[in-house]
Amino acid sequence: MSSDADKHECSCGKGLTRRQFLTSAGAGALIVTASGHLGKDQEASAAVIKSGEETKITLLINGKQFQMLVEPRWSLLYVLREELGFTATKEGCGRGECGACTVLIDGMPRYACMTLAVEAEGVEITTVEGLMKGEDLGPVQKAFVEHDAFQCGYCTPGQIMAVEGLLRKEPDPTVGQIRQGVSGNLCRCGAYPHIIDAARRAAEMKKSGAL
Amino acid sequence: MTPGFSYRRAASIKDAVTGISEGNGRILAGGTDLLGCLRDSVFTTNMVVSITGIKELKRIDETPGGGLSIGALATITEISESPVIRERYPALAQAAAEVASPQLRNQGTIGGNLCQKPRCWYYRGEFHCLRKGGDRCYAVAGENHYHCIFGGNGCYIVHPSDTAPALIVYGAEATIAGPAGMRKVSLENFFVPPAKEVTKETVLEAGEIVTAIVLPPPLAGLKSSYRKIRSRQSWDFALAGVALALRTSNGRVTDARIVLSGAAPVPWRLVDAENALIGKVPDPDSAKYTAALSVKDAQPLKHNAYKIPLFKGLIEEEVVNISQA
Repeated sequence: MSSDADKHECSCGKGLTRRQFLTSAGAGALIVTASGHLGKDQEASAAVIKSGEETKITLLINGKQFQMLVEPRWSLLYVLREELGFTATKEGCGRGECGACTVLIDGMPRYACMTLAVEAEGVEITTVEGLMKGEDLGPVQKAFVEHDAFQCGYCTPGQIMAVEGLLRKEPDPTVGQIRQGVSGNLCRCGAYPHIIDAARRAAEMKKSGAL
Repeated sequence: MTPGFSYRRAASIKDAVTGISEGNGRILAGGTDLLGCLRDSVFTTNMVVSITGIKELKRIDETPGGGLSIGALATITEISESPVIRERYPALAQAAAEVASPQLRNQGTIGGNLCQKPRCWYYRGEFHCLRKGGDRCYAVAGENHYHCIFGGNGCYIVHPSDTAPALIVYGAEATIAGPAGMRKVSLENFFVPPAKEVTKETVLEAGEIVTAIVLPPPLAGLKSSYRKIRSRQSWDFALAGVALALRTSNGRVTDARIVLSGAAPVPWRLVDAENALIGKVPDPDSAKYTAALSVKDAQPLKHNAYKIPLFKGLIEEEVVNISQA
């Protein structure tokens, strides 16, 4: 996809791109600070956060720090989507079975639905939005488009993050390794053969440095 | 949305023990089973105690005696990829690689894999079954395709862990911390069969947590493996699994361990079949005999008799495979 395709102005007429509009609309009442020191302020604290009470946490998402108030029971998925507007990450089953909510945590694919937001402090979180190079798609996203690796697209962000995680660990995977790598992601449309082709293509694109 | 709970981030093992001793606290490590159980109302808790900040629980260390200590927070991925585990305890590395999906292996821990709740769909569903303190097992007269063929007694779950059988063939021990201090329990005795107590899966008492798994040094010349059969090739629990360890001298078996997953409410050791292998040449004939002996006490339910030939074939193949490895 060319960068031009994504630069169409939204109908609100305020000169925002669709992506900028969605991002700002979802940003709500949070504080964004520059990327920087990560450490936890209360590393050794055993303070109890009571049920229903909110506590301030700092998450590092796609290289930016976000401070917010969360309840202990809130999943990382809930916070990403409902509090921060990172809506690429999808909720499918909400029980660690489908993979639609896959994000990278310290570079490794994990299910955001099975991760508590309070447990996600001090790690690097990467969502599909974080694979973008400005308004351009990253290599795994481009490969999915090239290979038509989806139909309805609902599982696609999770599939892309699973492939991204795989390629960070194994830059030149075999088909068997790719199958393993996306085995935690269900595609109801059955686009698996194209997903595997896209993963191979993404590996080539990354190797050749193509963006 | 998950039901509400208070949250305590434990700074030390002692702090974690104190935390879960108050009220009906639950330990959070990888969280992949805990959050599912809370959302499905399998149990409730007013206090989740996170142990993920306790660094010493993440270590995998060689012990002075040549064994290995695996911290309870070591992830399943770390275990499947550890060079020392792959070389010296291959069945454990193989079992870990077969657990769930890549995401869950990156997140789930060895402690959690051993302490996870059963996957019986009645237990996980809205049935107040025997294991949840009710008065009956709904699987007996129900859909019992994935239930046990050994050791059922009132309750017919299968133990869901892949790593437990592999750890048992090596004689691993669990290190447990609790209000009364530390204790060690052989993993073979860590799991509680329903005949003994139907509402418990492990010997852990109130306020106790698993802190590490300790493996003795591997016996010289021991060959071991784990193989898992499931209804599809990825991301599923075992229909049938076998952890096997054999040692031979002059071509004859001197030591044998056979422990099954997907077979019984606890990891199921086949002592008779092991003894039958001692002194034999591990060839196709003895493999066939051992496999037949392995399933002789099976008591299938209405829908799971298919597991008998499945286990039989699996054990026969694995005895041959391992002796040729």
